[in-house]
Formats: sequence, structure tokens, C-alpha cells
Amino acid sequence: MQGVKLPVTVKCEINVLLIAVTVLGLLTRLYGIHIPASVVFDEVYYGQFVSLYMKRVFFIDESGPPLGHMILALGGYLGDFDGNFVWNRIGAEYTSNVPVWTLRLIPALCGSLCVPLGYLLVVELGYSHFTALGASLLLLMENSLIVQSRFMLLDSVLIFFLLLAVVSYLRFHKAPKSSLWKWLWLFLSGTSCAFAVGVKYMGLFTYLLLLGLAAVHTWHVIGDKTLCNVKHLNTIVVVRFLVLVVMPALLYLGFFYVHLILLYRSGPHDQMMSSAFQASLEGGLSRITQGQPLEVAFGSQVTLRSASSKPLPCWLHSHKANYPIRYENGRGSSHQQQVTCYPFKDVNNWWIIKDPSRQSLVVSSPPRPVRHGDIIQLLHGMTSRFLNTHDVAAPMSPHSQEVTGYIDFNVSMPAQNLWRVDITNRESDRDVWKTILSEVQLIHVNTSAVLKLSGASLPDWGFRQLEVVGDKIYKGYQQSGVWNVEEHRYGKSHEQKERELELKSPTHDDISRNLTFMAKFIELQWKMLTVRNEESEHKYSSLPLEWITMDTNIAYWLHPSNNAQIHLIGNSVTWTLANLALFIYVLLFLTYLLRRRRKIEDIPEACWEQLVLAGVVCSGGWVVNYLPFFLMEKTLFLYHYLPALTFQILQIPVVVEHLYTHVLRSPSQHKAFGGVILAALCSVYFCYRIFSPLTYGQPELTSEELAALRWRDSWDILFRKR
Amino acid sequence: MEGRCGEGSHTQSPSCAAVRSRKPCMDTGKHREKASSKKTEPRRATRPSSSDTRGLNGTSTEKRLRYSDCDYTPLCPLLSVAALSLCTRFYRITEPPHVCWDETHFGKMGSYYINRTFFFDVHPPLGKMLIGLAGYLTGYDGTFPFIKPGDKYEHHNYWGMRGFCAVLGSCLPPFAFLVVLELSHSTPAALITASLLIFDTGYITLSQYILLDPILMFFIMGAVLSMVKFNHQRLRPFSWSWWLWLLLTGVNLSGSLGVKFVGLFNILLVGINTAWDLWRLLGDLHLSLVDFMKHLIARMFGLIMLPLFLYTTIFAVHFVILNRSGPGDGFFSSAFQSRLIGNNLHNATMPEYLAYGSIITLKNLRIAGGYLHSHWHLYPEGVGAHQQQVTAYLHKDYNNLWLVKRPNSDVDPLSWRQCVSLIRHGDIIRLEHKETTRNLHSHLHEAPLTKKHLQVTGYGINGTGDPNDLWQVEVCGGKKGDPVKVLRSKVRLLHRSTGCVLYSSGKTLPKWGWEQVEVTCSPYLKETPNSQWNIEDHVNPKLPNISLHVLKPSFLEILLESHIVMIRGNSGLKPKDNEINSKPWHWPINYQGLRFSGVNETEYRVYLLGNPVIWWLNLFSLGLFVVMVSLCCVALQRGAKLGGTKKGKQVLMEGGGLLFLGWLLHYLPFYTMGRILYYHHYFPAMLFSSMLTGYVLAFIHLFYLFHPLSYGMNGPLAHDPTSSMAGLRWLDSWEF
Repeated sequence: MQGVKLPVTVKCEINVLLIAVTVLGLLTRLYGIHIPASVVFDEVYYGQFVSLYMKRVFFIDESGPPLGHMILALGGYLGDFDGNFVWNRIGAEYTSNVPVWTLRLIPALCGSLCVPLGYLLVVELGYSHFTALGASLLLLMENSLIVQSRFMLLDSVLIFFLLLAVVSYLRFHKAPKSSLWKWLWLFLSGTSCAFAVGVKYMGLFTYLLLLGLAAVHTWHVIGDKTLCNVKHLNTIVVVRFLVLVVMPALLYLGFFYVHLILLYRSGPHDQMMSSAFQASLEGGLSRITQGQPLEVAFGSQVTLRSASSKPLPCWLHSHKANYPIRYENGRGSSHQQQVTCYPFKDVNNWWIIKDPSRQSLVVSSPPRPVRHGDIIQLLHGMTSRFLNTHDVAAPMSPHSQEVTGYIDFNVSMPAQNLWRVDITNRESDRDVWKTILSEVQLIHVNTSAVLKLSGASLPDWGFRQLEVVGDKIYKGYQQSGVWNVEEHRYGKSHEQKERELELKSPTHDDISRNLTFMAKFIELQWKMLTVRNEESEHKYSSLPLEWITMDTNIAYWLHPSNNAQIHLIGNSVTWTLANLALFIYVLLFLTYLLRRRRKIEDIPEACWEQLVLAGVVCSGGWVVNYLPFFLMEKTLFLYHYLPALTFQILQIPVVVEHLYTHVLRSPSQHKAFGGVILAALCSVYFCYRIFSPLTYGQPELTSEELAALRWRDSWDILFRKR
Repeated sequence: MEGRCGEGSHTQSPSCAAVRSRKPCMDTGKHREKASSKKTEPRRATRPSSSDTRGLNGTSTEKRLRYSDCDYTPLCPLLSVAALSLCTRFYRITEPPHVCWDETHFGKMGSYYINRTFFFDVHPPLGKMLIGLAGYLTGYDGTFPFIKPGDKYEHHNYWGMRGFCAVLGSCLPPFAFLVVLELSHSTPAALITASLLIFDTGYITLSQYILLDPILMFFIMGAVLSMVKFNHQRLRPFSWSWWLWLLLTGVNLSGSLGVKFVGLFNILLVGINTAWDLWRLLGDLHLSLVDFMKHLIARMFGLIMLPLFLYTTIFAVHFVILNRSGPGDGFFSSAFQSRLIGNNLHNATMPEYLAYGSIITLKNLRIAGGYLHSHWHLYPEGVGAHQQQVTAYLHKDYNNLWLVKRPNSDVDPLSWRQCVSLIRHGDIIRLEHKETTRNLHSHLHEAPLTKKHLQVTGYGINGTGDPNDLWQVEVCGGKKGDPVKVLRSKVRLLHRSTGCVLYSSGKTLPKWGWEQVEVTCSPYLKETPNSQWNIEDHVNPKLPNISLHVLKPSFLEILLESHIVMIRGNSGLKPKDNEINSKPWHWPINYQGLRFSGVNETEYRVYLLGNPVIWWLNLFSLGLFVVMVSLCCVALQRGAKLGGTKKGKQVLMEGGGLLFLGWLLHYLPFYTMGRILYYHHYFPAMLFSSMLTGYVLAFIHLFYLFHPLSYGMNGPLAHDPTSSMAGLRWLDSWEF
């Protein structure tokens, strides 16, 4: 007990300002978040995923990685949401089982914490607490950030992680050498980068900016000649790399892992995934495929699914209808039975694999498996036609061959129904064709054409099903030319009638197949990046150029009976100030840069470095979060600008302090400038107050008051006709 | 043979003479070489440090640096490079005697210049003008129609145009030779580069046909060469050669931009190089600000003003030559069309004021806006109301005709009982589509693409419709009672019942709309060209035709208009669904070529594909370069002593860095492009990549040869013929 000094004291420093802005942030963001108790704007979109999480049903959302949805779902979990709500219409009243308050709580908390984080960021950039207070007040009174935080939306969560990543990186950078805290800050920074990217792909931009900053700082460390110990240097570089690059990547994988663990039931988006993936989900395909024989044998009855899901996932199909003798454009056809690709399960999707040298249509005992390179015939189960292709132009893609169902009626056209099995993902040259797992090309023996989904759909005579062709100039690996066996059973019946009955009954037997996590992850991630919904313009979509001046708004919600409404409209004064600050910063930066090059030093070196760092974080943050949208072709909304705006707002106090301390010299100027700052803050406050009815959705305004709020002609403010 | 020596070597005339005498391939040189080296040996032995600055075709890095003061071009390799490249490019140039691939476009456009017919293309005109000129000079008469690839040329003189492209294409290897020589001062490096380009099958194929690419690459290489030469004039600013290379850079820049917009990447490269140069000058405190301004202004003149002037001149020539109406008219405004001989607006006569009963076409005033159009097709299910489409269409067509009617009476306004009454500002009209007899109609449904606007349809049968067919005519800047002037009034059509204004958004409709342009009714009443229309054709038998002088547009207006039309056209080249599109990552790995001609085994086939060895070598050396530079950077940053080769590393980084930057700038932007891409878009980037390969390989070779110097060696001294280093004693003064 020698080492302990009594009494035990805890020294506690509390930054009252920081606490105050946090409380204010919580107040402005959390005030009445359960109102309105109806679906607001994109809640209709995110809500459906929350419901699916609650029900553990698998889905694909191409808009972003799963972490964001999981965070929202956490709110639902905390509120014991059972997932039973139909998310189909903005403005629909929530039923009593939806825990509105908890669902909206997490985004609102994240949004509130952005206010103190703004404070900390400015302090970490080396500016005074007074300036930092200004920054947090500006964030506090920014209507657009408030609106976006108060609902079940992801942007406030994203901004929170972005600010956290930057703040903790700056802490790391400034911390004294090799203290434990330093590495903890770095760790926190890497983690929040991963979280930001996990919430929305957009987080990647700020992550890259931060990586760039870290790379420059590390470069300085490498150049630091006082660090003569090369081993030590290597550890510094390697640790930074591990924490800022490898760890976020692993965490990102981790999000998908949790996502796939949570969602184990089959659901509405199953068909977009490969058969193997679907088979790993509970219910749906796995119920059918569970217990199918693994090896495809001669005499197997199979359905063949195209590996390409463009334009739709579908199965090789035939039916009792022939190609028309002449097409609309006068071209002739073979007038044989149609072979198509059909996007629904159907008894006509069944085909029987037949050995050309034998008559038998049943699986012998023991089964003779089909191997890579074997020649087979494919017999359509219901109509007994052989899959056939010949040198006749296909109906929609005249440069390819027509694929038909052929039966020998002694007509002039000979049968050309031999196909070679080419397993593209084989491990050896004698690999056996496996259900679900093998990807197979069917190569026509006579013409070397490859059975392929052309992507076109047939007109009315083909029931608008998808066209299947034989492609003679097939090159490399194309998904549209690859098929896999999805449903499979060993055929037992010799007679056609029995066979038809057999085809109509479900399959069974037992083997289990599992995909590794990495295979699932790669497939899911690839699908999310490549599957794009047909994006058309939305009523409230806008162009990036309209964002700077806020020429556009978004109506989030309108009361079903009166004029109360919620809009995404920012604080015009703050937006103008932010643009002005950015402009002044660029001007200052260029002036100093050119003058320094001529060895004229207006400000001390340390001050210059501080200014540059602030510029990289604030202006750089604005640039990386804004400019990439000009290159994007997706539908864009005003809320995409909010991360950029947050960084731009932080630029205001930075520029103000610099002007105050370094540009304005005389006390009278200082006084005048102080007055200007006060006036600006007041007008920010008034603007916030004026627009708060549109931010909080209450109180209701009269039509005249609403009309007065329409500061720009291009804003859409809704008026209810009485 | 009086080679100029740099400032640094004035005092050393003997050694300079030695340099001159050491031109390879001069038979007499050898004797003199021996003589002079013997003569100067004693002096050199005492001053080894200065004497190793002279030598044979560029050797050690040290030497190369200081050697740069001396202008010195090994003529013989250069000539053989030129000869070889001419031979490879001209071999069997007239085959195949039919139209290959894009010859169908560029040959046709060359013919248009010869026939002086106006056309529209997405590229600036210089390349096609030069093709036309080459054809004209070699006796091609412009009569071959170039309808589709595979058409036989027969008696038409096509070799002149192909030959012209081949000549420009054969300039690439010599230019690359000179660039690399200038940067590295190593003839082996330059020779490697030149041979990569000479023997690359892709470049040969691309140079042999009537295409824009050889012309484009000629100007790109020209600009790079002049830029590099200009960089080396650094030590004598404002000398005549300094000015020459500066101006040549500017000329080549305007040339490359004048052929294709890809030239912009080239301008970016030169711009970055110049900015870097100016930054260096600004930091040089010996240079007064006045001198710096002189430098700045000279560059602004040479690299901005001059190219801009030349570029506009190209367009001026283009517009002067093409003065006849042709297939491209509809893309341009009414005023523009009135310039063209043969166009119906050229010296047009038509009734001056719009009246009821007139048949008109309405042209949108947005630049490259279309004509108000409708056709026998309905909007598909789910896109607004299932009524007839109304679009804007860029081509002239009978479906663009509309009949102006009174709002209420269905009496034929052209019957003789009715008297003519003019339409005035504020009047209400109906517009009936001439061909389908449906009225222009709008209602409270979302427009197909611009969801904030209302849908515009064709509605009603035989001209009877409903109150939603009523439109109010408003002349911009007019007041109540003003008549509507044909061609000269800007008209807006306000929808009576919803208060919106007829608007052309400029967005292209999907397939169901035949990729025509969307027409909507906008609730935002701001006056923009999108909502303004002018009446272009006007037929009214009851009114006298009057000769109208349309205001001729100024040259700048035409220039701006044609650029906007070109940019729109370029971004409109979207890949078609289900078509396998070439992706930028395919290119450097030579993943897939491009079929120039022929498909079947019976046809004469040409296939554009780079020489795989060369392309993969290039890819390899790109990676190697990055590795070398990063290692080198880290070493320098750690303050490692890299010995005498430190400056050599800088040469590697600066010269190689420039080429690497060129490659990046000509390649990466394609990743962001939404338009359809082709394999041949990679060839300009490939030029830089090939030069970098020569550079890197020569560097490694040198390092390999001389590495015993640094790592130590033993055995006999180098003057002993049995020594392993014997061949490397390129200068007698080297003492290893």
C-alpha cells in the first residue's frame, strides 16, 4: 500500500462549451422526432430493409453497403419492431407496432453528435475555442442537417463517421510520439473510416482524402533524418498501413459477414443470385434443391438456368408453338418448335440429358455421370423435342443461329442436335457435371455455335419470352453463354405419360452444399455494384450545379389534411457564407502561395502550415465530396450534398479567424469585424427560426406564410387547396 | 557541319570538335576521332571531370546531363528510322481496294469538302479538311459515295487520301525517336522506342487507312516533340530557337485539338509542363518579376492565344468552304441554315406574319434544339397517359408540320369565306399535327423523363379535342396586339388550363421514343431558350410571300453553336444495349482488337491488333518504371547517398515522369466517359507508353552494363581487350 497516495483524487476537466453545444445539438435534433408518425420521404425505402432485417429475409440493395441498413435495423431491434409494416407510400400513417421513436433515434443521435465533432475538428486544426464555438453553432443551426438527422435516413450517420474519422486522425497526428493514446486515436480513425464506407459508398471519397493526408504525413516521417533506426521507421509505416488500409478492409468484410449471418432466409431478390447462393438460403430454392443428386448423369432430368441475369434471370424453355414461317420483315424461319428462356418456374423448363448412342431416357444403375467434353442430346421433357440449332438466322439476332426443338418428321432439314458439354469452372479435364456448382457451355457439335441468351425478347408470337440463339462468333467467357443445372433428379420412368407426371412432381433426395463466405461476399458485392435499376428522374432530383446555390429543395412530407409540411431546405445564410468562405480561402491561399514562392513571408511558417491543413480538411473535404457527382450518371438529390456542405461550413470560422488575426491589423477594424461576425450569426439564427416550421413540420403555416417562405422561384412548396 | 555548342562549352572548342567528329556513320570520322582523341589526351588526363561530358551516343547518366548543352542528332539512325517507317506504312497501301471501317465516315466527309456540302460530325473539322485536301490534290473528284464498309472503290482515286494518312503515320517513329533522344540523350533508348513503334502492327494498320487517328497522333507527337525541345531551350530564353519551339508547340496543339477533342488531354499535358516551368521560374529569385511576366506573357501568347486563333481559323475555313445545304442542316438553328445555298431558308420567301390556317414548323431555340414533332406512336404503358408521343426531332421531316387553328371553330380557316386574320400576342390557338390530325395537348401527368414537368401528347381525332388543347401565344418582349413574325419572333406557348409553358428538355427518350428529344410542359415560367420557339417554315396560300432576310449569325455565334452541337453529339454516342462494348481496361492488355474489314473466310480481312510482345512489354515497363521511381524516391527521401547516379535518377524521374504523365492523361479520362469507346482510342496513350519503355529499358541496360563500377570489379583494366569491361570504355579518359 506504499505506492498509493491518499486521498485518491480524480482530476476532471470539463469543457463546458463542448457540453453546451452537445446538449443544444441533442435538443434541436431529438425534439419531437416521433412526429410526424407517418412515412417521411426515403423512410419508405430504408424501412423495407429494416423490415427484412427484422424478418431475417435476404435482400440486395444496390444503393450501398449493408452497414447503414444494419444500423437502422438496430433501432428497430431496440424498439422490438416485428417488421410488419407495408412500406409502399410516403405519408402512410405508421401502425402502432412500428417504434417510430427508436427507429429515428440513432440517426438523430449521430446528427446531434456532429455538432460537438465540428467543435473538436476546428480545435484540432489549431484554432481557438471561440472559433470552434462558431463552427458548432453554424452546424447547430443548419436546417438541412437537422431535417436529414431527424428521420430514418443514413446521411447523418455518414457525416458523423466522416467527422469522427477526421477528428481522430488529427488527434493522432498531434499526439506526442508513441503514447498509447496516439495509437488508439489512429485505431479509432481507421475504424470510423470503415464505418463511413460501410454506411454509404460515398464515404470512400473522404477516406481517400484522409489516406492522402496520412500518406503525406508518413512521407515526412520517412524523410525525418532524426529517426535513424530503420526498424523503428518500418514499424511506424507498417502500423499506419495496417490500421488505415488493411483493418478498414477487414472491417468492411466483417459488415458483410454479419449481414449474411443475419439474413439467412430466402426472399424477394433471390433470383438475382446464382443458384449456389440461393441454395445457401433457408427456404426458397434450397427447399427444392435440398437433397438433389449432385452429379448430372445420362438420363437426368434438369432445369438449366442462364448464368446471366440480364435482362432477367431465366431458365431454358420450350413449348408447343413453332417459329412463324415468315417474320414481320419477310425473313423466313425453319418453322420448328420455339426454344426460349423463361423467367418463371414452369414444367416446360425440364430437359432430359440423353446419351446419343443409346435410346434409354432413364438413369442406369449405377448412374453414368456426364463429364467435361461429353457429347449429349437434350430432350425437352413435355414435348419430346431435341434441342437443335442450324444455319438459319435467329428471329431477333439475325447474325446468330436459330435454336429449335427438333423432332424427326422426315422433313428436308436434318437433325443437328448433338451438343458438347464444356464445364468452364472445371478443376480437371474429366470433371463431372455437378448440379448448381458447374457452369457449363453447350457447344453445338456441327457448327461450334454456343447456346446463348441473346438478351432480346421475342415479339407476341414468342409470348414475349427471351430469345435463345446459337452464337457462332462466341469469344472468351460471356455470362450469357453459360448455364447451370438448378433443379435435378434422376429420371426413372420409361413412358412419356409417366415421365410427364414425374416432371410435375417435386424433387427430393439429400446432399448439402455450402458456399464459403468469400465466395458469397464476392458474388453479393459484384451484384450490388453491377445490378442497376432503371434509374429515371425523380420529381425532386436535381443537378450538382443547383446544390451550391440551393436552387432546389425536396418536399419530405405533407400533412394529410392541412398545410404542415417538412422540406429539405438549408439555411440560406449559412450556405452563402460557406460559399464566400471557400472563395476567400482560395484567394488567400493563392496569394500566400505565390508570394511565398518569391520569398515574401506575410505570415509565419507555422501559421501557413495550419492554414494549409485547414484547407486540405475543409476545402478538400468539400471538393472530394462534391465534384465526383458531376461524373455520376445516377439520379441525384440535394441530400447528396450534405457531407460536402458540412466540411464547407467548417471553413467559415477558419477563414474568419485568419482574417481577424492576420489580415485585419488595426483595433478599429477588429471592432468592425466583430460586429460583422455578430450580425452574421444573428442572421443565421433568424434564418433558422424562419424556416424551422418547414424543418420540424410544425406549427402549421397559412398559405400566405408559406408563399413568403418561397425565397426562390425554383423551390417547390406545397399548397393544399381548401 | 558546324554543330552549335552550348554556352557551357565555349571555352572547350577542342572537345567540341571531337564531338562533331564522332558522328556515327561517318566513315571519315573514325580517323579523325583517333587523331583528335590522341591530341587531346594529355589535357583530358588532367581534367577528367570535365572531359567525360563528351562522348559517343549518350552513355552514362552523368555525361548525359551535361551533354544536353550540345545540340546533337545522330542523323543516320534517324534517317533509317524514317525510311523504315515509311516502308512499313506504304507497303500494300492500296489494298484492300474497298472501304474499310470508318473510312466510310471520314472518306465521305472528305468528299463533302470537295463538294462543299454542309454536314455534321462530332469531331472538329481539321482532320477531315486535310483528308479532303489530300484527295483534291491527288485528283479525287468527290464522287464516290462511301456508303458502307466493303464498297469497292473501282476507278476512284483513293490512294491519295490513304497515302496522306500514311505519311503522317510514318512521322510518329522519327518523332518518338527525337523525343526520347532529347529526354534521355541515349540513342539506344531512342532506337528502342522507334522500333517499338515501327514494328507495332496496330500502328501500321491504323496508319494505312483514311482515318483521323494518324493525323491526330501526328499533331500530338509534334506537340510533345516541340515541348521537349522547348524545355531544353531553358538556358537561352527568347532566342530565336526558343521562340520557334514555343510557337511550334502552340501550332501542334491547335492541330491536335482541331482533329479530335482528345487533343484536350495533350493540351493538359503541355499545360502542366508549362505550369511547372513557370513555377520554377517564379521561385528563381534572380529573375525579376518583370522578366517573369515576360515569360508568362510569351507562353500565354504561344500556348493559348496562338492555338486559339488557329483553332478558330480552322472553323472559319470550314464554314467558308461548306456553303451548300447538306445532311447536317437540321442540327443547326434557323439563322445558321439561312447561310447555306440550297437550304429553303436561303433567300427564303414566305408570308411574314403568322395567321390562322398557316402550316408551320416550330424550332426550339435551345442550341441544337429540334423541331416540334409527333408521329403515329403512343407513349408506352406506364409513361403518363397512353396517348400519342410529341417529341423534338433534329431532322427535317413532314411529321414536323403543324396547322394553326382558332380555339373554338372547326371551320376550315383556309376556306375562301374566312378572311385572313393574323395571330397576335396573347391570342389563343390550337395546333393540329398535320399528318396525324391530333392536337397538341398537355395535362396533369408527369413527363416521361423530366418528372417535374407535365406530359405533352397528341390528342383528339381529326382536330377535335378538348380544352386541354388550348395554347396561348406569347411573343417574347412583345405586348398585346403585336403580330407574330416568322423566323424573327421568339414565341412561347402557354398552356391555358395548367399554366405551364411548352418546353424542350434536351433529354433523349429511350427506344420507345426513337431516341428523339423529350418535349414537356414546364410549370416554371422562367424565360429560357428551352421554352422559346421560332417559326421556321410557314405556308399560308392566302398571304403574299415576302423575301425575308434572316439575321445572319455572327461567326462567334456559329462557332459556339457548332461546338455545343458537337459535344451533344459526342455524349449522345451511347453504347447500344446487349452490344459488347470495349472497356478501357481491355486496351493495355491487348484484350480484343477491332475488325476493320471482312468477317467471312472468303472476304479480304483486316484486323487492328497491337503487336502483343510490344504491348505486354510496355505494360511491364510501366510497372517497372513505377517501382523504380518509388524506390528511388524513398531512397532520396531517406537522404541515401546514391553516389554520382543521383542526378541520373532525376533524369529518370523528370523525363520518364513526363512520359508517364502523358500516358496517364491520355488514358485515365476514358474511364469516366459515358460514350461508346473503341480499341483505337488507346493508341495516343500507347505512344507515351512506348516512349517510356525505350527510356526504361535503356536505363536498365546502362545500369546493368556499368554496375561493376559501383559494385566493384576485378580482372584486367578496361584498356586491355580481354577485359570484360573493354567495350565500355567509351572515353579514353575513363580510368577503370
